[in-house]
Amino acid sequence: MTEPELVDRVKRVLVDEFELEEPDLHAQANLYEDLGLDSLDSVDLVVALEKEFDFKVVRAVDEEKIRAIRTVDDICGFIVQKMKPVAVRPEQA
Amino acid sequence: MPVRRVVVTGLGAVSPYGLGVEAMMRGLRSGSSAVVGMGAEWSRAIPGLTCLVGAPLAERYDPKSIPRKFRRSMGPTAMMAYLAGKEALAQAKAPESLHESGRMGVCFSSTTGSAASLANGFEAYQSKAFPGGVSSSLFFQIMSHTCAANVAHAFGVRGRVVSPDAACASSAQAVGLAFEFLQNGKQDLMLCGGADELHPLVVGCFDLVQASSHHFNDTPGKTPRPFDKDRDGTVCGEGAGAVALESEESARARGADILAEILGFDTLADGGHLAEPRTESIRRCLYNALDNSGVSADRIDYVNAHGTGTIAGDAAEAEAVREVFGEGNVPVSSLKGHMGHTLGASGALELIASIEMLRRGCLIPTLNLEELSEDCKGVDHLRNGVEERPIRCFVKNSFAFGGINTVLVLKRYEA
Repeated sequence: MTEPELVDRVKRVLVDEFELEEPDLHAQANLYEDLGLDSLDSVDLVVALEKEFDFKVVRAVDEEKIRAIRTVDDICGFIVQKMKPVAVRPEQA
Repeated sequence: MPVRRVVVTGLGAVSPYGLGVEAMMRGLRSGSSAVVGMGAEWSRAIPGLTCLVGAPLAERYDPKSIPRKFRRSMGPTAMMAYLAGKEALAQAKAPESLHESGRMGVCFSSTTGSAASLANGFEAYQSKAFPGGVSSSLFFQIMSHTCAANVAHAFGVRGRVVSPDAACASSAQAVGLAFEFLQNGKQDLMLCGGADELHPLVVGCFDLVQASSHHFNDTPGKTPRPFDKDRDGTVCGEGAGAVALESEESARARGADILAEILGFDTLADGGHLAEPRTESIRRCLYNALDNSGVSADRIDYVNAHGTGTIAGDAAEAEAVREVFGEGNVPVSSLKGHMGHTLGASGALELIASIEMLRRGCLIPTLNLEELSEDCKGVDHLRNGVEERPIRCFVKNSFAFGGINTVLVLKRYEA
């Protein structure tokens, strides 16, 4: 999976799950202040990401990392970490 | 402190006939049944289910008409409650300032939380995907006060939020309790009512206690048959009924249109059985509600019966009505032959239809009452088409499994 593919899939999750508008989903968009998500949405975001990327969040291990997610970019970074050692390649030139 | 007069200033309905009070009244006046065959879908869900007819909404609503921030915590039951509540509040023209004042409350309920969401939760639990694999909103969809909480949240209500869960008497009890809050000056406006969704899980429960109709699966429009000799049980429906109740003082101060006045209410336990309705307790509830209203039985122009089409329930109710009002003295009809039993919504939906009958000067008969059962005689059953007849006072009966009886008394508003 390339980085742009990862970003597209994250955006698709946000559009499908939270009915957000894709043009609003720039890398630094704040999930709570800019996009209007709340504490319940953050729980559902994790469930949706687990389904989309086929990984399991372990609360005891991942709680702090999830709590630190603020932006679309942060979500992508979290997924990259969770999916190691599955490579996420930079975009091919 | 003297009790305050309480009036109706708004009505909202989502019924098997469609969206809105007008759609329900058109359907009821047409005399056509909203009951349809559900065989293929329900047999797949519950093999062996005997009742294969139901009264689903004839017109689907668009869930996305409800903003996502409110919709996400709603199953179909709460969505219908919201839509009915929205219609009632629009008619009441209650200003936002009243919603937020702490003087407006919500008293709304259902038989259970969303049955579809419950089924999803069970499925996740059985497959070990619970709780991690389900939406965080599932709890808010299945909790017993899902209607009251979601309706209050969506309309920005800051006053009392109460959910008097009483199975099929839920919404009648909700209206009655709201009436008492308003009488006693605890609130100025209460949005009250009830809702329930049609789901095989719910129908299966009626099958379990042998209260569902199953002889008319090939002729769905012929059942339920309240008070008829061939009645064989009830038919589940779905919907929501919402009533904006208000103190007369508040309604008049803001120039609201007043649709009717609520005069009396009683709710009590059968005390004898959870599932076998008894004449004695229904009669007691009727007398108490009339006494509470200050209206004598001979002043009642119409009784809107609970009349579900069950063998025991209809006979017990007919006998109680005969004893309280005298033989053949008051016209009686049940609307369940038209719309099936909308469960937690039924008390409010049928109350709303009765208020509209009062306003329009007509009486809607019992559909499918073709040959009166011997054990339901002695009552002036309406069964020959819609009668144009002015009514001033009426009684609404609503009963429930669990041995809960509820009676409301209303009249045309006179200043």
